[in-house]
Amino acid sequence: MSDRRDFFGKVLGAYAGLGALGALYAAKRTWDPLPSVKAAGFTTLDLSNLEENKLYVEKWRGKPILIIKVPKDAKPDGAPNGNNENAYDDKRLITVGGHKFMIVVGLCTHLGCIPDYFPEKKKFICPCHGGQFNAAGEVLKAPPPSPLVIPPFKIDGTKVVLGEAGPEYKKLKEAGLVA
Amino acid sequence: MAHFDPNARPFSHQWLNDRLAIDTLKRVLSTEYWIPKNINFLWAMGMVLAATFGVLLISGIFLLMYYIPDTKQAFDSVNHTIMGEVGYGWLWRHMHGVAASVVFLIIYIHMFTGIYYGSYKRGRELIWLSGMLLFVSFSAEAFSGYMLPWGQMSYWAGMVITNLFSLGSLDLQGLVEWIRGDYVPGQAFLGRFFMLHVVLMPLIIMALIVLHFGTLRIPHVNNKDGEEIDFEAEAEKWKAGKRKEAKVIPFNPVFLSKDTFVLGIYFIFYFYLVFYHFEFAMDPVNFDPANPLKTPPHIYPEWYFLWSYEILRPFPKNPGLVAFGFAQVIFFLLPFLDRSPNVAPANRRGVFKFWFWFLLVDMIVLTVMGKVPPMGIYTTIGTVAAWTFIILWILLPFITKAEKPVRGHK
Repeated sequence: MSDRRDFFGKVLGAYAGLGALGALYAAKRTWDPLPSVKAAGFTTLDLSNLEENKLYVEKWRGKPILIIKVPKDAKPDGAPNGNNENAYDDKRLITVGGHKFMIVVGLCTHLGCIPDYFPEKKKFICPCHGGQFNAAGEVLKAPPPSPLVIPPFKIDGTKVVLGEAGPEYKKLKEAGLVA
Repeated sequence: MAHFDPNARPFSHQWLNDRLAIDTLKRVLSTEYWIPKNINFLWAMGMVLAATFGVLLISGIFLLMYYIPDTKQAFDSVNHTIMGEVGYGWLWRHMHGVAASVVFLIIYIHMFTGIYYGSYKRGRELIWLSGMLLFVSFSAEAFSGYMLPWGQMSYWAGMVITNLFSLGSLDLQGLVEWIRGDYVPGQAFLGRFFMLHVVLMPLIIMALIVLHFGTLRIPHVNNKDGEEIDFEAEAEKWKAGKRKEAKVIPFNPVFLSKDTFVLGIYFIFYFYLVFYHFEFAMDPVNFDPANPLKTPPHIYPEWYFLWSYEILRPFPKNPGLVAFGFAQVIFFLLPFLDRSPNVAPANRRGVFKFWFWFLLVDMIVLTVMGKVPPMGIYTTIGTVAAWTFIILWILLPFITKAEKPVRGHK
């Protein structure tokens, strides 16, 4: 009698457990980003008429994209972590139509605030926790643990398509320079 | 076998008693639930919290009738429709906002009362743990509610807090995007936090309140001296009419009548804030609509989260997250980190007295430092205060292990 009850208890447990797993999976999928959100993921930037050392902000997948046409002298005015190299020589810059550009996701790699650009200092300062970056998105002061992220891009003449990984992006990625 | 008196008039006392045992319920839950006499107004904070939760629930129901959980309409549904058009809509909003802030002040008083008098030991561990679960649930409720007006502070606080789930160098962007339902906070995010705020979290909170009351029933509330009272014997004295001799009073009506008096005073303070100083709970930055392309110059949480935010802030990313995680869970462990058997007020417990006041002052310093911009001397003070918090908790087991038994206690 008790064996029979134990057995049915286990069967019921397995049956209910299966149902619970199914429900959990459905719940997880309900919270996934919608296909329409994922599909609207491409932005084209025209870089032909930008001024040097001026910050341009575009939007890609709801995130701000920061663009600077980096001037030849982009040495930051002071770098608390000692990284005061000229940002113009940085390997992370993207060459489009003979000019060098910084194209990064404008969210601080610490907690996602948008850093402000100070053209006269040639650096970014994050308003939230005081992190700093140079004009190539490299860290000058913690807490951000890593440089500003370079989004997947594809160069097309003087235009750049964000959301698509071109050969230049793949090269940067292989060199471990995108983030 | 149950007996149903056929002659009892429907809904008469006898009729209800046969069906619901209302006399037994009333006895067990109120008239013979015993409270020590040796207490002060701090023992009324539980009912103050329950009443404030009631205010939040009622004001929330009225706000819910006009609020629209849509990223394009949410801001106006709050700041235009509810504040400008709905009759007394401003009252519900200010009551809701002020109560959401004040409830944390009372929670902190309630917690520090418990810490001071040692009300988390000797059978009262579950009271503390269920209370901490309530604190976490209230935090989730406050955070999700803060998203709803979809102002600048809503949006950016949502961005910063959901980013915490990438867990530093683990870089779990997929998890963050799953929580948001998008690459950044958007419609999916607002919809799910609306659901959490108005359905799931309130249900969890109500269940936890029942559990919290349940955990009190057997160990009973502590008293000002941490005295171990024989509640059965003392209750017999009261029931035998020796009310002066008995060390206890019934919850209802004796304790509740004093509780109600404290509630009366509290509501004068509360409605003074609602009518004359509601602005402290209404951050001006949140009166700008959410703008994903513009971070406010200085992002800070509401005052009640500042201490734990300040523990996150002075450190680099990964250690900062570890410190933040530490601050979130460490209060749960209090009953087990306090190794002393003494249940007594902190001022009679030697070194623990200093530990208590240092912790209280340190949390106030952290709160203040969380509000000011992260620069210069503030960074230094913040770092010292964050370390002090961590070191205090590491020291606690050693301090309490070495504690001498308090006189008059076993």
